[in-house]
Amino acid sequence: MSIFELTIAGAAKALAAGSVSAVELVTAYNGAVAELNPRLNAYITVTPELALEQAKAADARIAAGDATPLTGIPLAIKDLFCTEGVRTTAASKILEPFIPQYESTVSGKLKAAGAVMLGKANLDEFAMGSSNATSGYGPVENPWKRAGSDARLVPGGSSGGSAAAVAARMALGATGTDTGGSIRQPAAFTGLAGIKPTYGRCSRYGIIAFASSLDQAGPMARNVEDCALLLNAMAGFDTKDSTSADRVVPDFAAAVERGVKGLRIGIPAEYRMDGTNPEIVALWEKGIEWLKDAGAEIVDISLPHTKYGLAVYYIVAPAEASSNLARYDGVRFGARVDGVDLIDMYERTRAAGFGAEVKRRIMIGTYVLSHGYYDAYYLKAQKVRNLILRDFTDVFAKVDAILTPTAPSAAFGLGEKMDDPVTMYLNDVFTVPASLAGVPAMSVPAGLSAEGLPLGLQVIGRHFDEETVFAVSAAIEKAAGFTPLPELRAK
Amino acid sequence: MSLDAATVRRIAKLARIRVDDAEVETLQGELNAILGYVEQLGEVNVDGIEPLSGGAQMALRSRPDVLTDGGFAEKILANAPDRVGEFFAVPKVVE
Repeated sequence: MSIFELTIAGAAKALAAGSVSAVELVTAYNGAVAELNPRLNAYITVTPELALEQAKAADARIAAGDATPLTGIPLAIKDLFCTEGVRTTAASKILEPFIPQYESTVSGKLKAAGAVMLGKANLDEFAMGSSNATSGYGPVENPWKRAGSDARLVPGGSSGGSAAAVAARMALGATGTDTGGSIRQPAAFTGLAGIKPTYGRCSRYGIIAFASSLDQAGPMARNVEDCALLLNAMAGFDTKDSTSADRVVPDFAAAVERGVKGLRIGIPAEYRMDGTNPEIVALWEKGIEWLKDAGAEIVDISLPHTKYGLAVYYIVAPAEASSNLARYDGVRFGARVDGVDLIDMYERTRAAGFGAEVKRRIMIGTYVLSHGYYDAYYLKAQKVRNLILRDFTDVFAKVDAILTPTAPSAAFGLGEKMDDPVTMYLNDVFTVPASLAGVPAMSVPAGLSAEGLPLGLQVIGRHFDEETVFAVSAAIEKAAGFTPLPELRAK
Repeated sequence: MSLDAATVRRIAKLARIRVDDAEVETLQGELNAILGYVEQLGEVNVDGIEPLSGGAQMALRSRPDVLTDGGFAEKILANAPDRVGEFFAVPKVVE
């Protein structure tokens, strides 16, 4: 069996048994990155020497009997997490020269668990996008192809580099961040599992901010169990993040085995939108049958404000982004373009450093927060956001989890959906409501489209009840028995 | 509500992003498409509904107002595009 067949759980067992060393494992993955990254562009920065050093330390730790399930496991870290001494760009030219002097809490926790960093994964610039096409370092190619076609497809976004890296076996797992669907949609597009935990579950300290009331880190991996192992290490209270939740972190890996017998699963009528791809609807119906067969009770529910989620999101997220991105002014860090005076320097620096999508969102955010428009746009959006939260709170009095599709389509072609920004935004229609409400949600691979591309189902849970989300997702994974792989991968 | 070119220029000024005339026209179309899309919120009745500012299901914590960190000027200055001694350097502001 090839070393690339091992999952995180499988590799941890092999490392513990001594049948493979961390140095062997990481050397194989360094080789996969060197071979495939020039084609797929999943990493912005690769760190093979650092990875090898960490692998040696992991082997020593395993020998000393001090290993965790992640010791020696090679990961891709989204280039939105600050990594001490390793360039961190957020896929923006404005941060091209930026070398953090400190480590983000989440990447630091993975490091402390003994995980190995292979490099910094590509993303949409400042995590703003659904296709990875807005990266300042070139788009990422999805390793999956439509049957009989060689056309290049997008891996989704914003965590598209993380997704492509894991799908092509250039990493065993990856960190992502999710603001409106940026873990779940790319996971669905590449046949992976990925979870956005409850807002506050993972510390935001050291993650370059996009929309602070929505941003949340989470894992992406080949299966549900691997995601649980990663989240066990990533989650936890942190005084350095004022919205970090001071709660005990349960053993998510134990919850994977729970099963769904007796659970009530809600099916929201509003996610059955006009014009939704019939393949997606059919897969959803299958998911409902699988859960019923596994002993769950299916309940029809209503989330009446679902259709307003995207409109709320495209006011709230740009508003917060315009404020967060005010710090990139060419004074304290990042790139600078000189001007005739200070204001001219700011304006030239930001014009040269930000790409088109980031500029659009900063300008929308600036407008909706500006004098005379704040109440009509921002305040109104915050009130509708409260109604969306209420929808979920009401429903979770009656059901334990909700099942929906993850995305309205399978992966699309590079360069498609670029005609106007709103067409691209519609990708997030099923993922945004859970982000606005702050509830945990996971995408799990559930089948292939007629064209041979992976499709995902989304499981949404109560605040801080990731355990049920893992249990339901694992039941779907088991019933779906999703085994196809992209042809373009390390073997 | 549709933005005219002068408003697009004013927003760019507020956002401290330099835009040229060709960009103004493109941005005007794109920003109006986004604002057109979010108009649908007008049909939602929000009477008596409090605004929700965040996803955290908790009250913000307070802490004693004391210094807990510091003493690493070199680290803070390590990424400065320009510096003079222990200071960030910028173009002259006061004549």
